Amino acid sequence: MTEVLSKHAVTESQEVELAHPISSKEALKAYHDMLLIRRFEERAAQLYGMGYIAGFCHLYIGQEAIAVGLQTLLKPQDTIITAYRDHGHMLCSGMDPKEVMAELTGREAGCSKGKGGSMHMFSREKNFYGGHGIVGAQVPIGTGLAFAHKYKEDKGVCLTSMGDGAANQGQVYEAYNMAALWKLPVVYVIENNGYSMGTSLRRGVAGPNLYGRGQGWGIPGEKVDGMSLLDVIAAGKRAIDHARSGKGPYILEMDTYRYRGHSMSDPATYRSKEEVEEVKLTRDPIDLFKGYMTTTLQITESQIKAIDDAIKPIVLEAVEFAKTSPEPDPSELYTDVLTEEV
Amino acid sequence: MLQSMTVREALRDGMAEEMKRDETVFLMGEEVAEYNGAYKVSQGLLDQFGAKRVIDTPITEAGFAGLGVGAAFGGLRPIVEFMTFNFSMQAIDQIINSAAKTLYMSGGQMGCPIVFRGPNGAASRVGAQHSHCFASWYAHCPGLKVISPYTAGDAKALLKAAIRDPNPVIFLENELLYGVAFDDVSMDVDDIAPIGKALVRREGKDVTITAFSIMVGKALQAAELLAEEGIEAEVIDLRTLRPLDRDTILSSVAKTNRIVSVEESWPFAGIGSEIAALMMEEGFDYLDAPCVRVTGADIPLPYAANLEALALPQVPDIVEAVKRVCYRG
Ligand SMILES: Cc1ncc(C[n+]2csc(CCOP(=O)(O)OP(=O)(O)O)c2C)c(N)n1
Ligand SMILES: [Mg+2]
Repeated sequence: MTEVLSKHAVTESQEVELAHPISSKEALKAYHDMLLIRRFEERAAQLYGMGYIAGFCHLYIGQEAIAVGLQTLLKPQDTIITAYRDHGHMLCSGMDPKEVMAELTGREAGCSKGKGGSMHMFSREKNFYGGHGIVGAQVPIGTGLAFAHKYKEDKGVCLTSMGDGAANQGQVYEAYNMAALWKLPVVYVIENNGYSMGTSLRRGVAGPNLYGRGQGWGIPGEKVDGMSLLDVIAAGKRAIDHARSGKGPYILEMDTYRYRGHSMSDPATYRSKEEVEEVKLTRDPIDLFKGYMTTTLQITESQIKAIDDAIKPIVLEAVEFAKTSPEPDPSELYTDVLTEEV
Repeated sequence: MLQSMTVREALRDGMAEEMKRDETVFLMGEEVAEYNGAYKVSQGLLDQFGAKRVIDTPITEAGFAGLGVGAAFGGLRPIVEFMTFNFSMQAIDQIINSAAKTLYMSGGQMGCPIVFRGPNGAASRVGAQHSHCFASWYAHCPGLKVISPYTAGDAKALLKAAIRDPNPVIFLENELLYGVAFDDVSMDVDDIAPIGKALVRREGKDVTITAFSIMVGKALQAAELLAEEGIEAEVIDLRTLRPLDRDTILSSVAKTNRIVSVEESWPFAGIGSEIAALMMEEGFDYLDAPCVRVTGADIPLPYAANLEALALPQVPDIVEAVKRVCYRG
């Protein structure tokens, strides 16, 4: 099977030389962004426990290297779209942590004015197109954003993220077909964290992998160590270059892991504590990258600590803001249903 | 100056004019380009605008509806054709959950200027899976506008309005009307009809009949027969189902004190139910008789010619309903 795949330009990226080494400055920024996501979400979990955040809330902790790594490769016109596990993507796209946290608490100052909540956040300004609660629906939509890039000839690329569970939705393959047919500049990022809610990959996915599922349409795919920021960046660059140069879609299957339950209400009894601890100990994306920064890039512990210290007040400020910001005015109930004519 | 043409030609011209006017407008759907449309509504558009803007899709309704929504988020103005609205059920998630709700969920950021159009409702002898009227389904949903025109002039002017509208619009056509000519088509490229406004197609003092799409024709025929018996019916062409033009309906009923609603779809939670609710809530004091709904039978549409005719509202059904609310005959 693997041989057939390689004929179709489907490769495993492990042995590929890193084509895009990172500068110290970029490294510090990426570390900052990963840590911001983690600390932000740890606080969000607390706020959830305290009742400030309600409903569904899906944490990205463990998967930070993917959103952050890919974000380093984007140009201003590029677009991103994902599902409901979206806080990480938003924070690293540069959205204000205060507005994201205030959306989680359902406040007027939230980025969706408190009307979207955790799963439905957007920022036109940052080219972040959501934040979608219907598993798989974001995949044709992202393909449409890519269609718009091509139509407008703006040389943009759309990064369309989905989970391993979402990769079983029929519309994903409808989108693959059109993207390949019309050579749309879209990179499909499958964030394979091993579970679709309580269903492990083994119980939900037939076939050897997900990156090879574009094979029937001639879409190249790669399996990537999604816990390694450098691997994400290297593979992401290949994929984005491919899409941007007019060759059509590309699939990246990111091998990753979510540390927390599927959402806040999930005690995650379908996996062992040992399994989780093992990943945290040996594959944590932030620890791994920290190691690289100190050994290879000669970044000092004190430089790293300065970042840790800088993040704390950002997150605390976001928490305070989200707790104290007022709820939406009742007059907002009927606004934003339709765009008013200009 | 008004011209005569078929609904099919009027729809085509409406799209062509808007595509000329705005580079971001494009048409996408199954068989819309090289085949010129399954019902030839897009005749000649590929030649006129090229393959970039008139796009044949694979048979992939969920996929291309979603792609259209993404393109609309990305700054384009897609016209998405469903070969018939029956197949929009494959895509209804994208229409409701993505197109209709995202503006609200984003606090007003993610407008979605898109038109979903195609034939809706019963054609002729195509059986239950190809004869479904979705008017009440889509009209149920905030975030959408729903239009269902009768004449060629309205088809063109309302389609143009739909394309220019910054919101997702469901545009329900009727296959049996495509070949029917009307002499009410404006040739002025800037003539658009207002969305959300019904039209009194025939004035009358004795009873109000509301209808939309092909049922307007049946209601008008019924009105002629009723006139012979001395009942003057006022026929309202609803034209837009969301937002429904309540004022026009209410002011007609204030005059006639009686109302019959006509639609070809099922009775339960239909457009007629909405009109009945409107009468209870706001028209109660005007009424001299309970309102009556003429609807399709509450069954999957049968294939057999006789059964199909029995299942769909016919002119005599409307005549009879009107007599009932008038306590006549
Ligand atoms: C169409 C649809 N079906 C089911 C759900 C409920 N649901 C939400 S998330 C989820 C699991 C998805 O898992 P995956 O795609 O692997 O993403 P992950 O949560 O691991 O990021 C399910 C079944 C939904 N939101 N939408
Ligand atoms: Mg998963």
